Amino acid sequence: MSALALFGKYMGVSIRAQMQYRGSFLLYATGQFIATGVEVIGIWALFDRFGNLGIWTLAHIAVFYGTVNMAFAVADTFSRGFDYFGSTMVRTGDFDRILLRPRSTAFQIAGQDFPLHRIGRFTQGALVFAYGVLTLNLDWSVLAVVLWCMAFAGMFFFFYGLLIFQATLSFWSTESLEVMNLFVYGGVEASQYPLSIYEDWFRSFFTYVIPLGCVAYFPIVGVLGIEDPLGSTAFFQWLAPAAGFVFFCVSLMFWQFGVRHYTSTGS
Amino acid sequence: MTTVALASYVAVASTRFRTLLQYRVAALAGIATQIFWGLLKLMVLGAFYEVATTPPPMSFEAIVVYVWLGQCLFVLLPYNIDPDLREMFRSGSVAYEMLRPLSLYWHWFSRTLAFRTAPALLRLIPGLAFALIILRLIGLDQWVMPLPASGIHALAFAVSIGFMVVFSVAFQMLVNASMFWLMDSRGMVNLSAGFVMVLCGMIIPLPLFPDWLQPFLYWQPFRALCDIPFRIYSGDIPVDALISHLALQCGWSLAFIGIGITLLNRAQRQLVVQGG
Repeated sequence: MSALALFGKYMGVSIRAQMQYRGSFLLYATGQFIATGVEVIGIWALFDRFGNLGIWTLAHIAVFYGTVNMAFAVADTFSRGFDYFGSTMVRTGDFDRILLRPRSTAFQIAGQDFPLHRIGRFTQGALVFAYGVLTLNLDWSVLAVVLWCMAFAGMFFFFYGLLIFQATLSFWSTESLEVMNLFVYGGVEASQYPLSIYEDWFRSFFTYVIPLGCVAYFPIVGVLGIEDPLGSTAFFQWLAPAAGFVFFCVSLMFWQFGVRHYTSTGS
Repeated sequence: MTTVALASYVAVASTRFRTLLQYRVAALAGIATQIFWGLLKLMVLGAFYEVATTPPPMSFEAIVVYVWLGQCLFVLLPYNIDPDLREMFRSGSVAYEMLRPLSLYWHWFSRTLAFRTAPALLRLIPGLAFALIILRLIGLDQWVMPLPASGIHALAFAVSIGFMVVFSVAFQMLVNASMFWLMDSRGMVNLSAGFVMVLCGMIIPLPLFPDWLQPFLYWQPFRALCDIPFRIYSGDIPVDALISHLALQCGWSLAFIGIGITLLNRAQRQLVVQGG
């Protein structure tokens, strides 16, 4: 069986299982929609009271906010297996079974679970994004669409890479994982606003150490077609999303390294 | 309530409390996340304050207090559910809980009280150390949390935090009771947490909301959670309004305890436990 067909089968099983409890799924998805959507109320209230944030209007923020929430929701759905890897697979020793199977470990972990209720976050992100795009009346040239898709893919790979990093750390410790939330959820939170409003040290950290700004800020500035207050060039804005993919590859290498150092807990 | 009964509730709370104090690493990781969140919030709010054309309804100092107290005391808010309690409902062992010679409401109230306060206590010390001292040492003076506005405010703040805890547990008891009707409580918890976060001021301080919303925000119950105690600390609530605000907190707490007792009584009458 080809890898793609097998992955489709993994997804089918997970989705059918979740659809056994439709009411529960609906309530959970709605809960996600509300819980992740309350941030919007805060952003709206701030713009209502203070007016525009320099060159940034509420609609600009909506485009940043919507894109990062949609991309994170998709990455989060497809990487759930990595998210709870430490607390289940490593702690119980179940990872041994994965190692025995004739497919790559990362592939099998990715196929563990696809929590569909993440659609709640995706939907609220999409609505906010639509508001931003319609208000700004953006010029959607082919180039802008391509650049937006690259930003989206960059963010997807970036967040996926972060979750693989977190899972890999659990080969050494199942305790300290909460620290990674700081980068995952903190990253989502931070990139809802344009990078230019933050302090220098913060901006540098999220550009050079953790390349979140490269995937979430620079290409979106290009899509919005405004002059970047940080002075990035169009060339850089097109190149930047690749950092997400590089980050993803590095995290996969780290994963391979972790797997080689895995010692089973036994049964 | 007799003294013996009271002693058993205290015992329940203190046992849970001491168990939960074990999770020190989790608390450190947790407060690291909250500190990051606090810095992020201050940068965003600071950016808005810089461009403000009309004077905002709250000084930036009061905002700094609001943000840091919010991050340090975040775990006091009813944002999640005791996993042990959830498991009781799933396995059906909740029936044993009802056999005990204690009031179910006050038994779970004591449990939940410990569940809320122990993690908060663990996070409070490193959190305050950062907000009061470390920030000053690393030269980020504009974000250092000031001390309480006055002695009177400090005293009122202490009382107000007490009411905040009671209100939080009383509200949590409503969520707990909802598990009698819902097998999967996660959706319900997310839903209620979302509303609570907005209405208590965790998302943004309530005074920053539009003026036409202020009368509603003033009278809704969730102000008892963050808005009242935090604004007492910073002196944003003047001395002559302290008593009325504490009374408001007290009133809402009693009302939610009343609703909780009624709800739990009704739930117990119609509970069907799975066999097995």
